[in-house]
Amino acid sequence: MENNNNHYSIETKDLCILYGGFTAVRNVNIKVEKQKITAIIGPSGCGKSTLLRAFNRMNDFVPNSYVTGEIFLHGQNLYSKQVDPVEARRKIGMVFQKPNPFPKSIYENIAWGARINGFKGKMDELVEQSLRSAALWDEVKDKLHQSAYALSGGQQQRLCIARTIAIQPEIILMDEPASALDPISTLRIEDLMQELKKNYTIIIVTHNMQQAARVSDYTAMMMIDDNRSGGVIEFDETKKIFTRPSDKRTEDYVTGRFG
Amino acid sequence: MNTNNYYPQAQEFQKELNSRYRVASIWQSLFLFALLIAVLSLTALMYNVIDGAFGYIAYEYKNDPSEFTSTPVNELTQEELLTILQSNLSSGAYKKLNNEQAMQTRSQADLLNLFLERLVQVDTKQTWTMTESIFQREKILQETASNYPEARIEFRSWLTPQFLVSPMSSRAEFAGVRTAVLGSLWLVGIAIAFALPIGTGAAIYLQEYAPKNWFTSLIQININNLAGVPSIVYGMLGLAVFVRLLEPLTSGSMFGISDANGRTILSAGLTMGILVLPLIIINAQEAIKAVPDSLRQASFGVGATRWQTVWHHVLPNALPGILTGSILALSRALGETAPLIVVGASTFISVDPDGPFSKFTALPIQIYQWTTRAQSEFHAIAASGIVVLLVLLLTLNATAILLRNQFQRKY
Repeated sequence: MENNNNHYSIETKDLCILYGGFTAVRNVNIKVEKQKITAIIGPSGCGKSTLLRAFNRMNDFVPNSYVTGEIFLHGQNLYSKQVDPVEARRKIGMVFQKPNPFPKSIYENIAWGARINGFKGKMDELVEQSLRSAALWDEVKDKLHQSAYALSGGQQQRLCIARTIAIQPEIILMDEPASALDPISTLRIEDLMQELKKNYTIIIVTHNMQQAARVSDYTAMMMIDDNRSGGVIEFDETKKIFTRPSDKRTEDYVTGRFG
Repeated sequence: MNTNNYYPQAQEFQKELNSRYRVASIWQSLFLFALLIAVLSLTALMYNVIDGAFGYIAYEYKNDPSEFTSTPVNELTQEELLTILQSNLSSGAYKKLNNEQAMQTRSQADLLNLFLERLVQVDTKQTWTMTESIFQREKILQETASNYPEARIEFRSWLTPQFLVSPMSSRAEFAGVRTAVLGSLWLVGIAIAFALPIGTGAAIYLQEYAPKNWFTSLIQININNLAGVPSIVYGMLGLAVFVRLLEPLTSGSMFGISDANGRTILSAGLTMGILVLPLIIINAQEAIKAVPDSLRQASFGVGATRWQTVWHHVLPNALPGILTGSILALSRALGETAPLIVVGASTFISVDPDGPFSKFTALPIQIYQWTTRAQSEFHAIAASGIVVLLVLLLTLNATAILLRNQFQRKY
């Protein structure tokens, strides 16, 4: 890492995300710490996913969308001309709300991303290592060449995590990764996240406040303002957000009085 | 609570429910009726075609077969036929036939046809449809006996293996669809080879790359409208561009072929290609649209470029749909007649097309030409030709469907 004394992974400065003329997310200033889990919570439609997708330039694909302000990754603005979005997405992996494995074999699901990014070395080892890291190896080691669609939803989601790990990102973005899963699969994903944070910085969007409280170290609370733009109203350690929030709206939300 | 707002109860509800069921059953029977009409018209079509392709035929032999041989016509062997033909045909005629195809290599059926055509000289007097043949057998026999006392009568299927492999002939009894079938296959082949890559490419660009603005919408609207332009207009285009403007290319003179003009199979194939291009583009676009966005995002999410996403995920998943679209295009190209007439299909041609620069005819042209003839035996072979066209269509479609299923089963 270029900047050793900087223990932040991502920093945003006055980040606004706009669709056409509409400001979907306004003035976000947060600092995401390395090798910690940061949760983004808030009611529906407050721009949580939009913010998350700005971190790996997924919003580039939405017509007429653009950002103002800055997102720093190791001190470099993610949206500057020098940064190639494809390269950025390799460093900042993403796990989506609905498990979306490729319609290929389990093995190929992991090998494909590695191959297109020019992976040199033993592919078999990489596949095994990635599946082990995603706590999936023991369940699939005998059927690596079967379709990924034959797996259960929870297994598919862990495969998607394995696929992301395989390209060795620094940051993993998770967009409500457990919302389509049953409680047991959800728990497994949460356990997995605790393992993963030893090596990766994780940012997770979640609807589920208990989940945020269980897994995250930091929490960003988002809320919609009078112009229907979302914004981070409070960003702090998770413990503090859930016990002594400084904003009244956060308190209402986390105690279930609203949202 | 306002008592004017209420739901009907018990008896009243039952009454309304019954009327709802009544309306439902009326609609249901209307839909059934529509289906019946559709099935009926298709059956009528098939019956009409089949009806013409089989039936009684009354014919006379100008020369009695017994003048040439003592063996009954049906029992003649290949060797016997060869000797008969050799000894009775003029040496010039025999040489000409031998040049077309060596006599020794011809089949018994082929030789028998030559015997009947050249020496016995079959003369068809009258033909009847299948329905007439079945229900008015007595009347047909009587009529024939009084009108053509010399005539023989037999129940004939016009659709024979011989019909499939014989080239065009001026005598309906000996004419076949071989030239036309080969011409049609060449046409469809050239059209698809031209339109499928270009159409798919255009669809990919429109769906995956092009920005959404007024200009791309304009292009989109134009493509949609082009799909509905009458085919004769494409024929005019083909005549102007391929036959006239690009004659050096389409006639093959660029490649050293001197005896052809621009009215070649290549011109016609390219015209057909342009004709089906909008169809292929629209269908490919639909197929590409149907690929879930989550798959694209998954691909981008692991650091794929736009091109890698399209090539490895969008295209393979859209391929079955694109193939389905090409089935439709192929069927359309196979059945089109008007543009071929304009581009200059030959109406009488008995040599097989041997390359993109040969003159050509196609099945629909051949059928059209036969139906315009006055003699009823030509109508019978036109009906047989239609059966061949339909079977060809079904075969091509089935192949495409099998191909599509093959691609779908990969996952």
